[in-house]
Amino acid sequence: MPEKLYPKFKDEISKTPGGENIKRCFQCGTCNVSCPIREIDEKYNPRKIIRMALLGMKDRVLSSDFIWLCTACYTCQERCPQDVRIPEMMNAIKNLAVKEGYIHDSFVKQAELIESTGWAHTLGEFAKKKREQIGLPVTFKECPEIQEIFNITGLNKITHVKEGKRD
Amino acid sequence: MKYAFFIGCATPVLTANYELATRKVAETLGIELVDIEDFACCGFPLKSVNQEAAMLMAVRTLSIAEKHGLNICTICPGCTSMLTEASKKLEEDQEQRREINNKLKQIGRTYSGNIKVKHFIRVLYEDVGIDKLSKKVKKSLEGLKIAPHYGCHYTKPSEIYDSFEDPELPKTLDELISFTGAESANYENKIQCCGGYVLGVDENISFTLASKKLDHVRASEVDAISLLCPLCSVMYDRNQRVIERRFNKSYDLPVLFYPQILGLALGIDPTSLGLDMNRVKPNALLEKLQAKTEFD
Repeated sequence: MPEKLYPKFKDEISKTPGGENIKRCFQCGTCNVSCPIREIDEKYNPRKIIRMALLGMKDRVLSSDFIWLCTACYTCQERCPQDVRIPEMMNAIKNLAVKEGYIHDSFVKQAELIESTGWAHTLGEFAKKKREQIGLPVTFKECPEIQEIFNITGLNKITHVKEGKRD
Repeated sequence: MKYAFFIGCATPVLTANYELATRKVAETLGIELVDIEDFACCGFPLKSVNQEAAMLMAVRTLSIAEKHGLNICTICPGCTSMLTEASKKLEEDQEQRREINNKLKQIGRTYSGNIKVKHFIRVLYEDVGIDKLSKKVKKSLEGLKIAPHYGCHYTKPSEIYDSFEDPELPKTLDELISFTGAESANYENKIQCCGGYVLGVDENISFTLASKKLDHVRASEVDAISLLCPLCSVMYDRNQRVIERRFNKSYDLPVLFYPQILGLALGIDPTSLGLDMNRVKPNALLEKLQAKTEFD
């Protein structure tokens, strides 16, 4: 069966914060040649991701592993002649993927930790003692307001469903 | 000079040496860094999952600082970029500020848009300045050659940082190194990312990227690499042995946070700067400076 295309996918992206300029891309490839990840592994190909998105290949883009490989270094954003703002646009795509139930496991674990502790890294008992010994304050306290933000934004739906649709 | 100190999570948990050195240097220079108990995550790690939540967490942080009447000083570039972006957006866009405040109301917070955010290194460069710093040098670091590593979010995206740095040819860290008497080294691909952001997604890509930087820095025959980000230090210091084993290399490259280097120039003893907590021991560097401190 041929792949289903969604001509409005590009509009969905351009209406999501960060994705506003995706339609400006003229496929010059400056992002690819600037990308440190692309230099190591060709499976991360920002120009191709943008092209696929513009062609409406929604399912393939949103369910892919490669959208999670952007290292957010912003080198491509600084150099893009069309101001596509690729890392921000990649965030918009990832936000849409999450809404469709696709999320990389490492981000689920991180979100769970932030929801339960208020921080993306937390101090164990040993580390707390060590900090006291060397005269550093132990300030990490629980933060119910963060849980409230998870509820307000629907982020709690991700942390409370352990697995996404990924294989 | 007084700031709300937003230390973030990676620094106190993974690189307490950075925290120790920053606090000590700030104290020595009379920069007051105020710890605030109510601070929580800046929102940066959630940007790719849910930008609205990330933004709310960032603005919550700004609103707490505003309540204390203090601008924010950060030491993690991730926090710096998230909080600066939020501060910039809400300063310029009143409509968005109203929308965000409607949601913040639900957690009992409000933000009027008056808080500025600066990385500690930028505070040193702009607020204290090289002239004043030069007068405080007690021990010249002449004879040392140090490779500055800027990482990513200290300079980029440049649109949120009011052009204080050129992201292609940054200079602030170079200048902050060279005024101490040390030589600031140039090396291949100086602005390249450490790869830490994708460590949880693809370890091999992440370590390959970090090893490239270590190759380039090693080739420039320096005494140490100097950085300003806890995640970069996790890649280059904490994981240096892992990378050496994985790629069959030998680096033995000390990785110092910039405040540790500045601290040495200010005459602070190495232990107070947390240099004993660095994974790759900077003994040879300290011997060169005749600091007469050796760590196991």
